[in-house]
Amino acid sequence: MLTVDRLNVWFGHPPDRVDAVKDASFTVAQGESFGLVGESGSGKSTILRAVAGLIDTWSGTIEVAGRALAARKRDRAFYKTVQMVFQDPYASLHPRHSVDAVLSETLRLQGMDDIDRRIPRLLDDVGLGRGFRFRYPHQLSGGQRQRVAIARALAAEPRLLLLDEPTSALDVSVQAEILNLLSDLRAEHGLTYVMVSHDLSVVGHMCDRLAVMQAGRIVEVMGVDALRQGTARQDYTRQLIAASQGYARA
Amino acid sequence: MTLLSVQNLRVAFPTRQGTFEAVRGISFNLGRERLGVVGESGSGKSMTGRAILGLVRAPGRVTADRLDLEGQPILNLSERRMRKIRGNRISMVMQDPKFSLNPVMTIGDQIVEAYRLHAGGNRATARQKALDMLAAVQIRDPERVMGAYPHEVSGGMGQRIMIAMMLAPDPEILIADEPTSALDVSVRTEVLNIMDRLVRDRGMGLIFISHDLNLVAQFCDRVLIMYAGRIVETLAAKDLHKARHPYTQGLLNSLPRLDAPVDRLPVLQRQDSWRDGDTITQSLETDFPGGL
Repeated sequence: MLTVDRLNVWFGHPPDRVDAVKDASFTVAQGESFGLVGESGSGKSTILRAVAGLIDTWSGTIEVAGRALAARKRDRAFYKTVQMVFQDPYASLHPRHSVDAVLSETLRLQGMDDIDRRIPRLLDDVGLGRGFRFRYPHQLSGGQRQRVAIARALAAEPRLLLLDEPTSALDVSVQAEILNLLSDLRAEHGLTYVMVSHDLSVVGHMCDRLAVMQAGRIVEVMGVDALRQGTARQDYTRQLIAASQGYARA
Repeated sequence: MTLLSVQNLRVAFPTRQGTFEAVRGISFNLGRERLGVVGESGSGKSMTGRAILGLVRAPGRVTADRLDLEGQPILNLSERRMRKIRGNRISMVMQDPKFSLNPVMTIGDQIVEAYRLHAGGNRATARQKALDMLAAVQIRDPERVMGAYPHEVSGGMGQRIMIAMMLAPDPEILIADEPTSALDVSVRTEVLNIMDRLVRDRGMGLIFISHDLNLVAQFCDRVLIMYAGRIVETLAAKDLHKARHPYTQGLLNSLPRLDAPVDRLPVLQRQDSWRDGDTITQSLETDFPGGL
């Protein structure tokens, strides 16, 4: 579904050029859920943004469903295949657009017909009643906003969802609801996920395989079983797992 | 020895729909200990911290039967007198260092200013104190950091600088409002170690506000669990997994765990009775200063 080969992403020009991603390669199979973990600044979100076409300064190969992507140019077919959900549902919804406006604009852009019937179905899909259709973002809680953002991503009926820390702005109780929703949607629609998170237990819950990143490089690609059993091959991964277990008094 | 005693604290805001109570009658004592306050967003945990420091602005109203700092009432003091307490005797570290530091002032100048405001003294002494404080929070190159601007340091370092600044006047109580939520796990441990050492070495009382139950269980001595502006349960941190209130249990269960994979995460079913039910208090004999 997604192949990333020797991907380099940089920002700025020499001498201030920053290499955010260095020589990253991984593949995600159809129907798989793949995690990207690492500290802030390790380049995990940058990879997602390069795939989504939000960054054009990259080199290497990115293939989605067998088609190689050009640096910046993405056609409509691409956005029908790939959609993204962002970290902060407080920032990713236009404050003066109602849920109806957000979804119908997306549907129109995707060239969908029957918009009036699709919107209630999308809202049902993400567990929001039809009563939410004409609400504005400030009338929604954080979890409800993230559900709208997920509905917007699903509007195009994509096959690959890029999830950038979809629950890190939410309370743990709401996080559980959103993670369950994402699991259900993946099963129902046969979606492929690439999920960025700094929370190893969330990735352990959601993903089949994951890549551990440090300073722009992928240091290890491992199965989720290896993560659970703590059989990471790299020291850095082991440190990250230990740190995520919580706080041990020094 | 009780540093802070809070009895029936309430914070209310008038709205068009009537009065909204963000904090609805909470009581606790703080000794020389690490006290965790956990709850979801909107449970009133941050508002509790702000109310203690007198940072709730009008039209918000703070009332309490008692709000004593070492036996002295500090409820609704005049701004002049509150300023003597704020920073000097009770300090607060906020969530995000990016928004707490002045972006157009060097870090050194900010620490020196904060210190001189509270302790007076000349610039040279204050500067030396600032360097000592930066060293105390394990900043390796304090001379360089003194001359740097906030955007030139990382998030973890920014948070350590905030802690250094708050600790310069040697307060008795530190209120830390989600001090590590904006930080990476690896940096988080360092920041917690620093706070832990300061509490132990200086005998400070720490109020640690967080939404992260596991972290609080491991870091604190005692935990208050807040729901809808009330304390629903208090217990020793090491017994958090034995929590009896369904809300606490629900929060714990909704966390994904690496060692116990499940297909679906249990979702919290909220009940109206939690809003006004009694506080579940652990009835153990303890050696905690304020009791439980």
